[in-house]
Amino acid sequence: MIDAFLTALQTILSGTHLIYLAGGVFLGLAIGIFPGLGGIAGLSLLLPFLYGMDPVSALAMLIGLVAVIPTSDTFTSVLMGIPGSSGSQATVLDGFPMAKKGQAARALSAAFSASLFGGLFGAIVLTAFVLIARPVILAFGSAELFMLTLLGLSMVGVLAGSSLVKGLSACGLGLLLGSIGGAPATGEYRMSFDNDYMMDGIPLVVVGLGIFALPEIIDLLRQNRPIAEASKLGSGWLDGVRDLIRNKWLALRCAVIGCIVGALPGLGGSVVDWIAYGHAVQTTKDKSGFGKGDVRGVLAPESSNNAKEGGGLIPTLLFGIPGSGSMAVFLGGMVLIGLEPGPAMVSTDLDITYTIVWSLALANVIGAGACLFMSKWVARLTTIPYALMAPFMIMVICFAAFQATRDLGDLVALMAIGVLGVLMKRFGWPRPAFLIGFVLAGGMETYLYQALQFDGIGFLTKPGVLIIGAMTVASIYFAARHASKNAKAAKQDDQDGNDDSAPTPRKARDLRPQTLFAGGVFVAFGYGLYDSLQQSMLGGVFTGGLCALMLLMSGYVLFKLATNRVDDPVNFDNEVEAGYVGDQSITGLLHYIYWLVGLIVSCYLVGYLISIALFFVIFLLLKARASMVRTAMLTGCAVLFLTTLSHVMVLDLPQGLLQDSVELPWPLGLS
Amino acid sequence: MKNPQSPKSSLSKLFSTKSFKSKALTGLSTGLACMAAVTLATPIQAAVDFSGKRVEWIIPFKEGGGSDTWARFYAPMISKNLPGQPTVVVKNIPGGGSTKGANQFQRRAKKNGLNILGTSGSTQFPYLLGDKRVKYEYKDWNVVMATPTGGVFYVSPSLGINSAEDLVKLRGKELKYGSQGATSLDLVPLLALDLLDIDVQAIFGMKGRGAGRLAFERGEVNIDYQTSSAFLKKVTPLVTEGKAIPIMTWGVMDQNGQLQRDPTFPELPHFAEVYQMIHGKQPEGTAFNVWKSFFVAGFAAQKGIFLPKGTDQDVIETWRKAAAETVASDEFGARSEKVLGKYPQAVMGDAVKAFEVALNISDADRQWVRDWLTKKYNVRF
Repeated sequence: MIDAFLTALQTILSGTHLIYLAGGVFLGLAIGIFPGLGGIAGLSLLLPFLYGMDPVSALAMLIGLVAVIPTSDTFTSVLMGIPGSSGSQATVLDGFPMAKKGQAARALSAAFSASLFGGLFGAIVLTAFVLIARPVILAFGSAELFMLTLLGLSMVGVLAGSSLVKGLSACGLGLLLGSIGGAPATGEYRMSFDNDYMMDGIPLVVVGLGIFALPEIIDLLRQNRPIAEASKLGSGWLDGVRDLIRNKWLALRCAVIGCIVGALPGLGGSVVDWIAYGHAVQTTKDKSGFGKGDVRGVLAPESSNNAKEGGGLIPTLLFGIPGSGSMAVFLGGMVLIGLEPGPAMVSTDLDITYTIVWSLALANVIGAGACLFMSKWVARLTTIPYALMAPFMIMVICFAAFQATRDLGDLVALMAIGVLGVLMKRFGWPRPAFLIGFVLAGGMETYLYQALQFDGIGFLTKPGVLIIGAMTVASIYFAARHASKNAKAAKQDDQDGNDDSAPTPRKARDLRPQTLFAGGVFVAFGYGLYDSLQQSMLGGVFTGGLCALMLLMSGYVLFKLATNRVDDPVNFDNEVEAGYVGDQSITGLLHYIYWLVGLIVSCYLVGYLISIALFFVIFLLLKARASMVRTAMLTGCAVLFLTTLSHVMVLDLPQGLLQDSVELPWPLGLS
Repeated sequence: MKNPQSPKSSLSKLFSTKSFKSKALTGLSTGLACMAAVTLATPIQAAVDFSGKRVEWIIPFKEGGGSDTWARFYAPMISKNLPGQPTVVVKNIPGGGSTKGANQFQRRAKKNGLNILGTSGSTQFPYLLGDKRVKYEYKDWNVVMATPTGGVFYVSPSLGINSAEDLVKLRGKELKYGSQGATSLDLVPLLALDLLDIDVQAIFGMKGRGAGRLAFERGEVNIDYQTSSAFLKKVTPLVTEGKAIPIMTWGVMDQNGQLQRDPTFPELPHFAEVYQMIHGKQPEGTAFNVWKSFFVAGFAAQKGIFLPKGTDQDVIETWRKAAAETVASDEFGARSEKVLGKYPQAVMGDAVKAFEVALNISDADRQWVRDWLTKKYNVRF
């Protein structure tokens, strides 16, 4: 092992290796900063270079590229609330509120130093772990993976907010949405309305963008203010680093979580950040700041997600099973270079494995270091007037969503989930709980079904299952204690409030809008139940059981709202609590939704490029009140950028009926 | 027809070896140049020449998967052997179990030889089964080449058998197989075991053959199959450790359409041999015919390159020649075994013949397999 380690070290520190690695890193950063692209587009760009290179240099470039994808997408998550990949969804939760408070620089530097730390620490763990990884991975069968999904679900408890039933219903809604498409056991199409797009299920990136990014954009547009007020911006860059040092144990634990969970094939990837985030909330005494810009909410997922990439290497190298999209790309690249993953990677080829592991760590240092360095300046983006920034962000979001499956359906799904997100935000249905449900739906059902097929109900007595089960129970116990403490604290606050005659929080009196939404959720579960009854037993039992349970939960919420329980925690209407009602300067909730619907309908008719150009012109003239010259310039930049990007990276842009019926010259007929 | 592709691609070809930045700049300037040049482009094509063009190779699968790697392996080499050496780029259009990309190719592909499609068994199977998502017609397209592979069936030592002769002993045992789905390539092993009258419990929802192999290694399932290259790299070590026992291959197809032993695993019997061992007679009948159709579509002609309907014969011949030259080249010889395995690639007439066999299924056979899938695995069409 020492020999292998030294050989690897020698390779890594050689000049050419470093140069190629850095080359890969900067290419990866340049691509990764644009949400929705990442490794996939990177591979297309990189491959022509890989040909004819010697395997070691080619590998270095490939690693450099793959390593920084979860790093650079932090920029858009924190600054704009746009999660570029599934790995940055948890970061948005506290990162974006920090940016709104004018602490963008602090949030970014905390995120990048955590990434850096996580990547490095992950590599240390991996160096030892790789030797025992094979039996560990083999010990995690379907039964254990199912239990892990339950552990993930238990995080809903701490993320549920003020009302647990609402949190559970939101999570259930996520689970239901995640079950759309082919049933794992039978391949039957559930809730797909015979629509080809729905048959494949809704992509995670689209859900993440719709549920987090669109509602924030609409909210900021309505208030018509910059993300952060310039006066407050400035310092904080060093604070982020200090935050990491202050919370080093949290970061350490999250890096370990990232490394180990990331190494489990079939689940890892998208759940890790949520487990880390939930862990941060659970282990923190004062939880009130989470979701409103607590830096620990940024540190936890960021230190886990770079460690996760390292962990993800293990099944890729040892079993040839990629844990994530970027690992799939990495695997493809390895095969092309002529490297074979397999058991030899921990015996005869151990030096190659160590080269890869430590190159990954080094790439993290270079990548996160560069981002850390830049973040001070990039943070200023948040002071641009929002009306000028919004069209660019909408362009980016639509483009990113479209990269999920390259189907116009992506845009429609984005819109539909965006509306759901707006309503959930307004009525205080916790969106993280929803997303956790969505992320876990597929794995949970698949592994439960497989575990039952492999071991029967006896799978519950496997030692691994019992251990994870105990952890889940502990997690729920902490969540429950937290909930009861919260309730007490709230009561206390109420009393204090009366004493100090502080302004009592506004509570909605008119519960009809909320009732309507809760009714909609109830009906959705009803439909899910109906749909499950149309399927065979194995195809419908999961959604059927889920919906039956959720009908009770959401029914309870609905009942409380319908009977006008104003003081119950289920009552929440952001329009009232944030004081939007009656404020003339705030635009109506539906106003910008119409704008977006218009954009998407137009995409259907004349394609994305023409639509987004029109959107830019109209929006900038009407909403930002920009001059003609400025409008033309900004629109030109956007269009030029899009066409260049799609040409260089061989990407499609959505085509409309116009492009389908007439052949247009490039780039109007871009395909 | 005007061809707006030419000016921008010629420039990007010039710069194709330069850095990303210069590529981006090229895209920029050529984007503009292109708009201006649309009216100037001429459609003359006397002898086929792709100089300065860009070939888009549609792969209806995700980046990083088997078909994607296969295409990216071939792309630069084919480019060298095409007249004018156009840049060949891979464009992934995944979705609908690969039907989406194929449908799009059927609907939109340009007939000038600059759009090609790479398909796999997962594209052929829904076509053969009459999946309602399929809106493409293989018989419209022109075959350029075919890439074969093989499959090896192996079992766990816990079952107590050592060779194909003992397979009968498996009857009545609890056999578990981790599968991606009954209509995936797993149709071939599932139908094979059914033909041998061996009952198998298929456990679906595996995310690929790799996941099935992992379940085998964990002891969750006790039988499995892998394609040849995966078997060589990942199962052979298990065989050496005594944790897996290879039983049979699916075989390869000879010139006369008969099954022969797989040259990569000459010591293992092929499926038709095993059938004879078990049943004491040559395989025949509808069920075996169906198996053979799907075997060819899934293995013997697993991957193929196609040009769309209505492509000029000149262009087709140019492509076929380029494929043949690629396969004969030294570079290919040096690198192919690691990426594609030891199978001879089918080019020119052989490729056409391979797909003729692969895509030929009688209506009666189609109905039989649909009924079989519905009865046995509750598949609804």
